[in-house]
Formats: sequence, structure tokens, C-alpha cells
Amino acid sequence: MKKNIFSRRNFLKKGISAALTTALPLSAFKMLSPHEAKAAIEESNLRWAFLVDTNKCVGCGLCVKACKLENEIPYEVPVTRTWVERYVVTKDGKSHIDSPDGAREGFIKTEIQDENIDPKEISKAFFVPKLCNHCQNPACVQVCPVGATYQTSDGVVLVDRTWCFGCGYCIMACPYGARFFHPVHHTAEKCTFCYHRISKGMKPACVEACSFGARQLGNIKDPEDPVAKIILTQRVGVLKDEYGTKAHVFYLGLDERVR
Amino acid sequence: MNPAYVHGLEWTTKELFTYPNEFIYWSVQIVMYPYMTGLVAGAFVLSSLYHVFGQKDLKDMARFSLVFSLALLPVAAMPLLLHLQHPLRALHPLFTPHFTSAISAFGIVFITYGLIVFSEIWFMYRKHFVDQYRALTGSENVVDQIKRIVFLVLTLGAMDTSEESLAKDKKAVTIMAGIGIPVACFLHGYAGFIFGSVKANALWMSPLMPVIFIMSAVVSGIALCMLTYIIIMEFKKFQAILARGKGDESVHLLRGAEMDVVSKASRYLLIFLVAAISLEVLDLIFRGYTAMKSWDILRHVMYGKDFVNIFVLQYGLGNLVPFIILMLPGRTLRRVTISTVLILFGVFMMRWNVVVGGQAFSLSFSGFMHYHLPIIPHNLETFKEGLGGVLMVLVSPYLFFYIINKFTPSLRT
Repeated sequence: MKKNIFSRRNFLKKGISAALTTALPLSAFKMLSPHEAKAAIEESNLRWAFLVDTNKCVGCGLCVKACKLENEIPYEVPVTRTWVERYVVTKDGKSHIDSPDGAREGFIKTEIQDENIDPKEISKAFFVPKLCNHCQNPACVQVCPVGATYQTSDGVVLVDRTWCFGCGYCIMACPYGARFFHPVHHTAEKCTFCYHRISKGMKPACVEACSFGARQLGNIKDPEDPVAKIILTQRVGVLKDEYGTKAHVFYLGLDERVR
Repeated sequence: MNPAYVHGLEWTTKELFTYPNEFIYWSVQIVMYPYMTGLVAGAFVLSSLYHVFGQKDLKDMARFSLVFSLALLPVAAMPLLLHLQHPLRALHPLFTPHFTSAISAFGIVFITYGLIVFSEIWFMYRKHFVDQYRALTGSENVVDQIKRIVFLVLTLGAMDTSEESLAKDKKAVTIMAGIGIPVACFLHGYAGFIFGSVKANALWMSPLMPVIFIMSAVVSGIALCMLTYIIIMEFKKFQAILARGKGDESVHLLRGAEMDVVSKASRYLLIFLVAAISLEVLDLIFRGYTAMKSWDILRHVMYGKDFVNIFVLQYGLGNLVPFIILMLPGRTLRRVTISTVLILFGVFMMRWNVVVGGQAFSLSFSGFMHYHLPIIPHNLETFKEGLGGVLMVLVSPYLFFYIINKFTPSLRT
């Protein structure tokens, strides 16, 4: 009888040698765990953090305008990397909130959601600028299926426009509504703390545009940094800490009504 | 395409305060995705009930549902391609999978599952391929020649049809069906995980989500297989009546066999339906009872804005009514048909209420968003993510089935 070349013995023999020949060259590469990799590039002594002083914001919207121009987000569309919200609390305990087109033109009408509020009924009112929180534990980075969104060693969360395939999972995962699809590139888009500027020693466009000093950026790892000093010595708050994202945009004068 | 458009702006209307970047980003195609995957998984589980657990009463249904599951398979990925902003980059998750993301595993799970279905069908039909090849040998007809080559390729060179090798085939089918069940459940349970793990979304975030998805998947899969089976058998019966007259013996035989199969399958349908409804109601009660911060807005959506969608269409018309119809004594073919249609509708509404309902409220918990399905498209975007895209996805499996069934006849009686 002809010898069966597909015998079990033969199959196992060949299988093992095939596995070995592929595995041996592969073993020349070392697999690093994320922690090992992090240790290898050594701990960065820079961690960007943002400080918003809501007491100083007047709702002029120049920050939004500056951001749109600087980062080439078409002006006429409603999506935006940063926006300002207006909160008006009336004496009956109700909050009236709005942010018309992200407040790119500021707040030019006194009506909120088409409702005219009697100034005598207002118990308090304030503005809250919002932007990406560049979380320490970003949900958006966790859920990106292709690794197109990532965190730099200095804490900034960025998107690779050449690799994002536009599934929108990161947009869904962000509890702050900071992400959207870019109207031209059609990839996930978000605030970068103006990474192209800050990495050259400049200030972010919104910080530059704010005449009242309501927006500031600093290095939280440098104890001499004026922004870090405020964050470390004063009572600051962050948005939605219940999601465990460890937001790095800190607020002075944050009201409990702010969503 | 308009160079500057905001994804979601076309079909979203906002009410009260929402963040400026909030829109219904996941629209009808993301409703279709779990719906179609559910049908795939359900159809496979139905066929496995016979192959693995030896539920002999499902024998006639098993073959058909397996082949139908293969026809549904490419359609499960189709909604995702239609939804992606950059569909040409669809393979990126395979190139650079980022494993902390649930979606990154889609390609891997999908391909694994596809291979299992393919091989199971191959083992099941190998004898048929060889027989066809042999029968066509010697024919001068060009079409037959081409067919012969196709069948030759399909045999993959395994021409042995001895008793012994056929027994091995049968064993392989059982093994494949066995491995397939957990993989099918994973394929769909993981679709549930994609939603259940989004901590930012108050409606989605629940560990029950994957289990709910699996149960409703099996329900919809069985219902679709039953419905398609009934339609095809009715057509055959109609042909028999045309050919041999109404009173012919073969017509009665067909009718008896059909009712028998359908009646047995509906028993399994009922079991999974009860499991699915129980889990969904448990989830609902739990949310109301624990009344977390988000409950205020969820209650507004569920008992107010989406009341008709959730309680009337999904639970009432899609679950309760077919349940009662199936439980009533004196089951008839017409009643079963109506209830399978209703169940399919109910599962679709469940997907709709999860996906669209989950985006019906703002992350600020202070406003609402409404979704308007684009009916008449005026650009690619409104076609892809509108009624046109949906119909394309719904029609495709039948087209695929028609072609596949030419080579793997699954409806012989």
C-alpha cells in the first residue's frame, strides 16, 4: 500500500517545525507592556492642564471665534472645538441654559431658548467656557478601534486624521460632548489645546483671545508654573468626575448646576 | 458631495439645551447592524440546535437556516460600511487593532465566525458537490461545463464519498456547529458590549446589554428563518397546486410537513422570547428602582417622548401580541406567520429604541434630540444613512441566498 503522506505523525511533525520556524524569528522582537514602554521613554516632566476662571468670563465668545479661525473649523457650521454656555438661574430654582452656535458671536440676545426671562426673577447668572478635558483616563482613546486617537506623553489627546475611519465610537464615548466629525475631513475632531502652538512655546488661540484671563494653560507638574500654583493651592473643580475620566480642565467658581 | 457638511445635522432636531457638538451620530445603519448580526447569530443557533443538541424535530429547518445564515453574514458588515465616514479605511482595525476598544475585535470575530459557517456548510455539502461534479461529467453543454468546474473547485479535491469519509464529514459538521454556538453568541453579545460599555450613555451602560442582545438575536433569527421558510414552502405548494391541482396528495404532504416544522420551531421561539423579555424588563425595573442621576431624563424619554416606540410598538405589538398569539390553542400557519412578522418588527424596534433612544437625550441631561430618518435622499450621506440604505441592507440577504442556494440546495423536501 502506498504510504499515506497525510498521516497524523507527518502532520504533527510538519506542523511543529512550521510553528518553530515562524516563532523563532518572531522571538527576536521584544514585546513591551505599556508600562515598560512608558518607563523606556522616561517619565515626562510636562503635563498640560487648563484653568478656567468662570468668575472672569463675560461670554463675549472671542475664544470660540479665535479657535475656529486658528484650527480651520468652518465658521458657519454649529460644531466647534470650544464653546461657552450661559446659565441663568431664576428664583423658582429653574436653570435656563443655552449656547447659541457655541457662542461664536457671544450672547447677543437676552432670550434663552426663546424664553424671555424677567431680570427681577434672576437669582444668579454666569458663563462657563467648555473644551476637551484632556482626561488622564480618556474614554475616547480607550474605545478607538484603530488607535487613531491617542494621548501624548504630556497629556494631550490628539486624533490622527490620516488613520481615523470615522466610526464615531469616540464621539459616543466622550461624556463631555467635546468631539464631533470635522465638516471637511470627516474624521473625529476635537480640541488639541492648540498643540501646534503650545509645543512651540505659544499660548492656545482661545487663551490668547481672552481679554479677561478666564482661560489659562499651564504645566501641572511644574510647582513654579502660575497655573499649577492656582490649581494646587485653590479650590478648583472638574466636570463630571463620576465618570472616572480624571479631567484636566480645572474650574474656579464651578456651580453645581453646571452639566 | 458637499465639501462642508456636519454629520448628523441633516436628521437631528434639538430641543432645550444640548451641547453644540451633539447630534444623532449613530443613525439608522447602527440600528441595522445589531439587527442583521442578530439575525445571523439566531439563524446559526437554530441550525445548531439540531446538529449539536440533536433536536431532530428541527432537521428540515437546520439545513435551510445554516445556509441562510451564510447569506446574512456579509449583510451584517454592510451597515457598518455604509455608516463609516471613511469606508475605504474599513480594514484599519485589522491592521492596527487597538484592543481596548470593543469594535477592534469585529473583523477578527466576524472572520472566525465566517470561517466556521463556511466550513460547516462545506462538510455538509461535500457529497453534493462531488455528486454534482460526477453527474455533470461528460455533458457537452457550455453552462454545464462551467458548473462542473465550479463544483470541482467547491470539492477542494476531496472526492472520497465512501461511507467512512461521509461519517467523518458528519462528525465535522457537529464539531463546527458546536464551536459555532459560542462564537455566534460572542459575535452578537459583543455587539451588545459595544453599547453596554459606553459609560457616557446613561441608557446604554448596563452589564445586561450583551445578554439581552444575544437573547433577542436568537428570537429574531428563529423568527426570520420561520418566516422565510413559510414563504418558500407556500410558494412550492402554490407551484404544486398549479402543476397537479389542489386535491393532489403531494400538496397535502407539503402542507402537513410545513406545519409540523413551523410548529416545532415556534416552541423554541417562545422560550427565547420569554428570556429576552424578562431580561429587558429587569433592566428597566432596575433603572427605575435605583433612580440614578440620569433617571430623570431617562424617564422623560421612556415614558414621554419614546412611549409609543418602546411600550406600544416594541413591548406591546412586537412582544406581547405575538406571545399571546403563539400561546393560544389551535395554532395555525397564518397565526404563526403574523406573529413572526410582529416579532421581527419588535426586535427591530428594540434595536431602534436602544440606538436612537440612547441618543434622544443630551449628555447634559437638559435637552433632547429627535431623529428624522431621511426618506428621499439628496446626497450620498442621506442615501447611505436613510431609507435607501436600509432597504439595500434588507434586500441583500435574499439576493445572496438565491445565489448560494443554487450550489447548496437547502430547501429540498
